[in-house]
Amino acid sequence: MDKKTFVGGVHPPDCKHYSAAKPIEVCPLPEQLIIPLSQHIGAPAKEIVTVGDQVFKGQTIANATAFVSVPIHAATSGRVMAIEPRPHPSGKLLPAIVIEVDGEDRWDPSLKGLDVAHWNSDELRQRIKAAGIVGMGGATFPTHVKLSPPDDKPIDTLIINGVECESYLTADHRMMLEHSEKIIDGINILRRVLGVKRAIIGIESNKPDAIACMTKAAAAHDIEVQALEVKYPQGAEKQLIDAVLKREVPSGGLPMDIGVVVQNVSTAAAVSDAIRLGHPLVERVITISGPAVVEAKNLLVRIGTPMEFLLQQCDGIKYELDKIIMGGPMMGQSQLSLAAPAIRGTSGLLLFGHQDLPHIEVGTCIRCGRCVTACPLHLLPATIASYAILGRFDEAEDYCAHDCMECGCCTFQCPANRPLVQNLRYAKAGILAKQRRT
Amino acid sequence: MAPQLYMSSSPHIHSGESTSAIMRSVIYALLPTCAVSVYYFGLDALLVLLLCVAGCLAAEALCCLLAQQPVSIGDGSAALTGILLALNLPASSPWWLALFGALIAVTIGKQVFGGLGHNLFNPALVARVVLLISFPVQMTSWTAPNPIGSGVDAIAAATPLGEMQTAVMLNGQLPPSAHSGFGDYFIGNMAGSLGEVSALAILLGAAYLFKKKVITWEIPVSYLGSVIAFGGIMWLIDSQLYPDPLFHLLTGGLLLGVFFMATDMVTTPITRNGMLIFGVGCGVITVLIRLFGGYPEGVSFAILLMNGATPLIDRYTRPKVFGRILHKT
Repeated sequence: MDKKTFVGGVHPPDCKHYSAAKPIEVCPLPEQLIIPLSQHIGAPAKEIVTVGDQVFKGQTIANATAFVSVPIHAATSGRVMAIEPRPHPSGKLLPAIVIEVDGEDRWDPSLKGLDVAHWNSDELRQRIKAAGIVGMGGATFPTHVKLSPPDDKPIDTLIINGVECESYLTADHRMMLEHSEKIIDGINILRRVLGVKRAIIGIESNKPDAIACMTKAAAAHDIEVQALEVKYPQGAEKQLIDAVLKREVPSGGLPMDIGVVVQNVSTAAAVSDAIRLGHPLVERVITISGPAVVEAKNLLVRIGTPMEFLLQQCDGIKYELDKIIMGGPMMGQSQLSLAAPAIRGTSGLLLFGHQDLPHIEVGTCIRCGRCVTACPLHLLPATIASYAILGRFDEAEDYCAHDCMECGCCTFQCPANRPLVQNLRYAKAGILAKQRRT
Repeated sequence: MAPQLYMSSSPHIHSGESTSAIMRSVIYALLPTCAVSVYYFGLDALLVLLLCVAGCLAAEALCCLLAQQPVSIGDGSAALTGILLALNLPASSPWWLALFGALIAVTIGKQVFGGLGHNLFNPALVARVVLLISFPVQMTSWTAPNPIGSGVDAIAAATPLGEMQTAVMLNGQLPPSAHSGFGDYFIGNMAGSLGEVSALAILLGAAYLFKKKVITWEIPVSYLGSVIAFGGIMWLIDSQLYPDPLFHLLTGGLLLGVFFMATDMVTTPITRNGMLIFGVGCGVITVLIRLFGGYPEGVSFAILLMNGATPLIDRYTRPKVFGRILHKT
């Protein structure tokens, strides 16, 4: 099969061997779930329960507060113990609803599945929002927003992201192998909501089994499967669209501007559950991996499960930890401790010892241009970084610094180990501050 | 007790490439050329190489100490400058010429700008041009190749480019050496500076650099292409007065310059279009100097002139940013 891709990018070692062959295991229930009110891009949800309330699994415990916001649900049955700031994967202390697990795991009896054929797209969209579904690739953008293009932006193609280009992560890979029918069902619902016919599933060619599996499942549904070159960040929305359709999302624009909506495979599966079974997004698959973990696993985890508990399910660690990353190694967030919970955007929990990660001194730029070749947005990272260091944000803006998506390719590739993407973040913040002043 | 965790922003992994590894690769790539020069010019060549490398390392260390900076000879760039300088000198260079060249290369060529990464011009070429202008006699005293074991004393000889210029000036037409002897030129059996002699050894090194992805195709292809195109047009106009493009390719310092000095990252553009413009500029200036200039060889001047134009080229060759219609200049 011919493999498509975009211009730029890097080739980190994929390190998926730790967990790729491990079937999804159901993670047991911890004693407590810590469910943050902010698990998505947009306004945090507002709690509607009080301390002492009994809640069912799937019951709404916090409401969406804006169009770009989603409700939050109890991930199992139990009692609300506290509503207070708790450690969040972002490193901050953020408001969370703490649930004491009763172990009975009773579904909210009012949740009912739908017969898709009798519902129109507005109703389906409402149901998707009510189920709290967000982009599960890691960006956590509310799905119903992506499914609501204005009338002047007709959508012609739905792209399903099964790329999973970050090293170590295999959650989407296992979903495609074990739940291909559910993903296809979700795609059909998404097509119905959007009123589009064409759907393409993009998968990196290092997952031939997933490509075969999805091709087989998609055959009867007129859904295409596209193999993609193994390259980071192939799964970035704009790069995926460029590879599959040769269309560029305009700077500052959205995929809907060029007639495309992109959804992750796990998001598609969650849509199917939300519509067919009435189940909101209360669990997801997370890859627990890295050289320091005793047994890497793909776990089906309740939202709100503390990371420490996840690690216990993998028999702990082999040696002292130096770094804990939530997400992938290129864009994930390093953690202060194992106290924060898994949330809707958590695709992986990676554990590293001191010897597993680079410890290189920063040198001077030798103008080798590797960052320029690597940048998937075709920026000049070294040039922007030097303007940023000097505080010259006008020039940084002129060089389109604010187009940077912070994929980290420039820093990964720099032979002098310069903190390029970090300087670009600084430039973006500087440009934003300057715009606010004027 | 909670473990001591390391916090940092993403990315958390690195390609493993390093500046010193790049410098080392270029040094390895130059070893065949060094070996051929020692084969053809004997111990004289070895001495020039050693003096230049030692001189550059000493000058670098001295500059760092004077500036109270950590001594940076470990990154390999000073040693590389030394080798490149030696390859730009005749084998008969006196010891003081080599050492003075090394001092110029590292101080004026590099450290006054702030050290590695900050210099505008290629340090080895700065030194070569300073020496060429200051000591024209020593810098143009060439010896014929005298392979180790031949038992013959070194004899003075002209480079093919020098021969060509003299003949065109005196007789108004090319000498016989401009029409034949290409086989000798290819393996390096001709007079010239250490690194100018063997095209074969340089191509071997260049192949290694391409394989290691230290250099990219843009500058070599555009440089060689423009020399062939411009040299070829002149040859078609008058083949009695202007040599075959193949003669241009195989003689003088062209191949050394194309693969090892015009590809110096620090002093060349970082954008793809910039690299192409840089290469074409080098090629055109090289042929202009060779055919119409006062010096028989123009590679050093061509690269230095284009080095000077590099910031300007970078400014006007910004790539089109993804998702934007036109780039601003």
